[in-house]
This record gives sequence, structure tokens and C-alpha cells, in this order.
Amino acid sequence: MSRDAATIHPGVVAEPQLYGLLAEFSGPQELLDAAAKVRAAGYSDWDCHSPFPVHGLDKAMGVKPTILPWLVLGGGVSGIVGALALAAFCNGFDYPLIFSGKPYWGMPPHVFIAFPAMILLGAVTSVFGFMALAGLPRFYHPLFSSKRFQKVTDDGFFISISAQDPRFSVRWTGEMLRGIGATAIEEIKD
Amino acid sequence: MSTTANVKLPVDLDNTFESVIGESPLVTGDASFHGVTEVVSHVSESRHPPKAWYVGMAISLSLLGLMGVMILYELFVGVGVWGNNQPVSWGFPIINFVFWVGIAHAGTLISAILLLFRQKWRTGINRFAEATTVFAVACAGIFPAIHVGRPWLAYWLAPYPNVMRDWPNFYSPLLWDALAVGTYTTVSVLFWYTGMIPDLATLRDRATGRIKQIAYGIFSLGWRGSAKHWALLEKAVYLLAALATALVLGVSSTVSTDFAVSEIPAWHETIFPPYFTGGAIFSGFAVVLALAIPARELFGLKEVITKRHIDNLAKILLVMSSIVLYIYVIEYFIAYYSGSSFERFPYLNRLFGPYWWLGWGIMFCNGVVPQVFWFKWARNNPWLGVAVGILVNMGMWMERFTIIIISLHRDFVPSSWHMFVPTYVDICTLAGSFGLFFTLFLLFCRYIPMVAMYEVKSILPQAQVHHHEPVAVAGEAADASPEAGVAGVPTV
Repeated sequence: MSRDAATIHPGVVAEPQLYGLLAEFSGPQELLDAAAKVRAAGYSDWDCHSPFPVHGLDKAMGVKPTILPWLVLGGGVSGIVGALALAAFCNGFDYPLIFSGKPYWGMPPHVFIAFPAMILLGAVTSVFGFMALAGLPRFYHPLFSSKRFQKVTDDGFFISISAQDPRFSVRWTGEMLRGIGATAIEEIKD
Repeated sequence: MSTTANVKLPVDLDNTFESVIGESPLVTGDASFHGVTEVVSHVSESRHPPKAWYVGMAISLSLLGLMGVMILYELFVGVGVWGNNQPVSWGFPIINFVFWVGIAHAGTLISAILLLFRQKWRTGINRFAEATTVFAVACAGIFPAIHVGRPWLAYWLAPYPNVMRDWPNFYSPLLWDALAVGTYTTVSVLFWYTGMIPDLATLRDRATGRIKQIAYGIFSLGWRGSAKHWALLEKAVYLLAALATALVLGVSSTVSTDFAVSEIPAWHETIFPPYFTGGAIFSGFAVVLALAIPARELFGLKEVITKRHIDNLAKILLVMSSIVLYIYVIEYFIAYYSGSSFERFPYLNRLFGPYWWLGWGIMFCNGVVPQVFWFKWARNNPWLGVAVGILVNMGMWMERFTIIIISLHRDFVPSSWHMFVPTYVDICTLAGSFGLFFTLFLLFCRYIPMVAMYEVKSILPQAQVHHHEPVAVAGEAADASPEAGVAGVPTV
């Protein structure tokens, strides 16, 4: 929206919009406790940020289990089926190889084709599935404008609540975050 | 308890004992979250690497150059420049291929199997081990490519519709090899990289120069430590670990099957897949031991690669050595027990033939030397660890020489027997592959976080948290929520 305004009225600098609030917590236990409370307070568009995976955090936040394992299973199975079909088509049908009296299509040697194909497609699905489900790569994010947020890859623990959340209000959300133990709160502009 | 405690432990703390009150610490020195970041990141942030890095780089680059010259010479003149002959048609290239593939395996195994078994101490060494995998696979891949003589026709291995209207032979071990090694390269690079994304983000956030910011920024994909992303990343890494573990066994078995499908005595054996896998894990752990010890000294990583890590590696090496020794004994026994003189001969030839010193050498290096790790003083002596690691790898190279050359040079018909003597091109190419490995390894030490920082942080005592079901806290938080509703914010 702001981009449209700038194109229609050149020279008018669009007012930066509020992305949300960023609250810092002093440690993983504090983050975990705070996350449970933010969830209990009924927020839906929010996230936790930590320098390492805090175990139990996704449970406290109520994040649903990912479908990634099913995608990987699909990748692996299509690897097996694809490889066997390819070998059967090439050596058994399109150009049958008559080779020391062996059958055109034999399972034992084709294990060596199907197995790596299963692993390869499974692994590729797991990496690109992770990226797709996580929405990465995403090189720009409003949170990166915060100097404080750089600590998230070192020793900082944060909760960010988006201004898009239906329950969001700068004043009350800020108060709630302070009430559940935030050591610092910052407004993030987009 | 859960706050970022600033515990300072002595860097050289002996944490190899089993404590009665709990686990002994896996990180010594400044064991805070920030302390771990500092220790690991300073390696790639210091203005100049240690002097030894430059010396190592100069040597590695010269060897790499030597390898380049030797490969070009071989390509222009032909494979006749090697010592390969009839009946020894598989010479150094295949020895080196199997040798490097073996080294590669440990990285995946250390990383993947120890992850699946939830061994916390792996966090200090897994990045390292995965790096050795990637670089060793790079070295391994070169040898079959040049061994085929005309590597520019390597694409013939791919099943693509062509003017000759034929297809690759899926019964051929050469094709299996290409698929196994190609898959292994891809998967180990993906596994290594995926586990590294959060650490690259750490370097991005700490980078001061523009080029570094952009480079680390691109490769860290815009990582922001989101809990949802962590959950996905951990799942992806677990899945990759499970796949990679299966793949390691698959690749070693494929490589061994190249031999086992032939009819050469001492190749045509059902024990080959576990034999090659065991040897591969053994040599890989030895390489990790031999590299981790100098690296922790050189780059000041004693806080995260502690005495306990070295101790554990030494114990695994001892176990693997015993397994390998057992397989050697079984091989000799089965040859004797078969009652076939053709089966028995290659084994007698190994111990008492013209290459007898190799036959006994592998017994000594692989079976006897690592037994020193039964003693605690030996496991606690880092430089002894390096020495054993190097001896084991010499032993494993000799083992591959034994399997390939000694089995081939005297086959069924004595009139076709022939000795194998490597040429200087063989030896220089082998030396050059070490140059390639160490060039990549030194670059890795300098530009990529050598230790998985986020994984080390997650095993620190202050990272252990407990989630209480929010029954009690819901009431507390409810204080804030109705007011938020009152403030005119629409609720769903």
C-alpha cells in the first residue's frame, strides 16, 4: 500500500508502518514460561526467537507438528519407484541387454539403483521442504532493523508479536509483555 | 538457574570421569551462551589466522598444484603413465577412491548416528566431522573419474536419450558407483549446510565488513531464530541424519560390491559390505581424531572440544579397531575353512608373498596400535591420539592396497602373475589428493564456524528448561487479555 502511495505521489515518503512489538527475555526458561502465557492470552500471530532450539517451546507455543516427514516419505518412495521404472524401461524394454544369461529385469542389481535414488530424493525433499515450509530464504524481515535483535544468534531470547494479530494493541500488548517478564520492549517499524 | 549463568571452568578441566552427581560438563572455560559464540567465532573473525595456517596452506596448495599437473599429464598421455598393468588393472586410483570414501564415512556416521542416539558430546565435533566427509568425498570422486581414462565421456553414465539409442547398463557396478558417490556427495553437502544455517547467521550478525555481511547473509537465508523454523530445521536435520546413516551403509556396501561381484579370490566374499563399512568408520574416526586435536590447539577451541571428546573418540577407535581385527581373522579363517586352494592362496600370499610387509603392516597399524587406548593415560595424551590416528590411516590405505593389488597380481594362472610397482605419477597424484583435502579443510577452518555453536549452546546446563502445562499460568496471563479486549481490539 505504501509503495502505491509513493508511486502516485512522488516525493511523499510513506510513513513506516508498525510491524509489531519485540520483547527480550533473560533466558530460555523465561522465554518458555512467557511463551505459554502469550499463548494463553490468546495471541495467534506471534513467534519466539532464540539462539538455539529451546526444547518444549513449540509445544508451549502450540505449534502443530510439521508435515515434513510425510513429504520426505513421498520423496523417498518416488525415488524407489522412479529408479526401478527407469531401469526396467532402459534395460528391459527399450534396449534389452542380453548379458550373461541374466534376466532383463532383476531385482538384486537394481537395489543399488533404487536405494541411492530413494535417499537422494528423500534428502533433497527434506532440505527444500524445510525451506519452503519455513519461508526461507527471506533476506528482508522487519525484525532485522532492530539492533537488539542481532543478539538472537548469540545469547538473546525474544518474543515478537505482529501488529496484524487481532488482539494486538501497542499499549496492552506491551503491558502484557512487561507483565510476563520482558526485560526490554521495542516497537518494530516495517 | 535458567538465566545465562556465567560459570567459569578451567579450560583444561579433566571432564573424562563419570561424576556421581550428574554429567560432567561438556564445555569448559566460559560456559555461557555468549562465551561459546566468542570462542568459535573468533577463529573466523581474527584479522590473521595463526602462522601455522599459512604454512599449512602453502604446503597444501603446492600439493594441490602437483595433483593438477599430474592429472593433466595423465589426460594428455593416457593411463599408461600409471603403474596399472595386466593383471593389476585396478591400481592406485581405485585404492585411493576406496580410501577417501572410507574417510568420508566417519563424518556422516559421527554426525548422524550420534545424533540419532542423542549423544550430547557430538556437538563439539560434528561440524568438523561433516566437513571431513564433504572434502574426502571431493577427493574420492576424482579418482574413478580419471581412472576411466576419458573423463570427458563420463556423461555416458547418465540415462539420457541419445543418438546411439542405447541406455546405460544398470547391472554394471560402475553405474552403481557413480550413483552412490553422486548421492553421497549431494546428501553430505546438504546435511552439512542445513545444520550450519543458524551458525552462518551468527557470523552474519557479528560481521563488520560489507562483503562478509553479504556473503554470510546470503548463505544464512535470512535466519532469525524463529521457534517455528527451529522446529522445522531440527526435523529436517533428523530426517537427513536418518537418511545419511542408511546411505553410509549403502555406499560402503556398493563400493565393496564392485569387488564382490567379480570372481577374483579374496574379492568374491559375502563379508565385504560389513568389512568395508567397518573399515570406513574406523579410518574416518582416526582422521577426525588426528585433525581435531591439532585444530583445537591451533584455533583455541579447547573449551568446546574437551578432553572428554578426545577420550570418547579414542574409545570408539578402540571398538572399531577390534571389529576390524575380528573381520581380518574371520577372513583368514574362512579362506582356510573353504578348503579351496585358490581361496587359501591369496591369504598366504598376503602374509608371505612379495608384499608381506603390507600384510603384516595392516595387522599392526589397524589391529595392534589402537589397543593402546585400553589405557586411560593413552586416551588422555592428545599427541599420542594424533600419532595413532595417522598410523591407522596408513594402515587403512595399506589394507586397500592389499585387497586390490595383492588379490589381483597373482590370480588363478601363475603364468599371468605380475608385480605392481607404482610410478611417480601414481604417488604424486595420491599426495596431491591430500593437498586438495587440506586446502579445503584449512579454508573451512578459517571461514566457516568450525563448531556447531547452536548445538553446543543447547547442551549447556543453563539451556535445559522445563515446560509446565499452562494451567496455573493461564490465570496470570488472563489478567492481561481481557483488558486487551477492552481496549477496543477486535477479538476472533
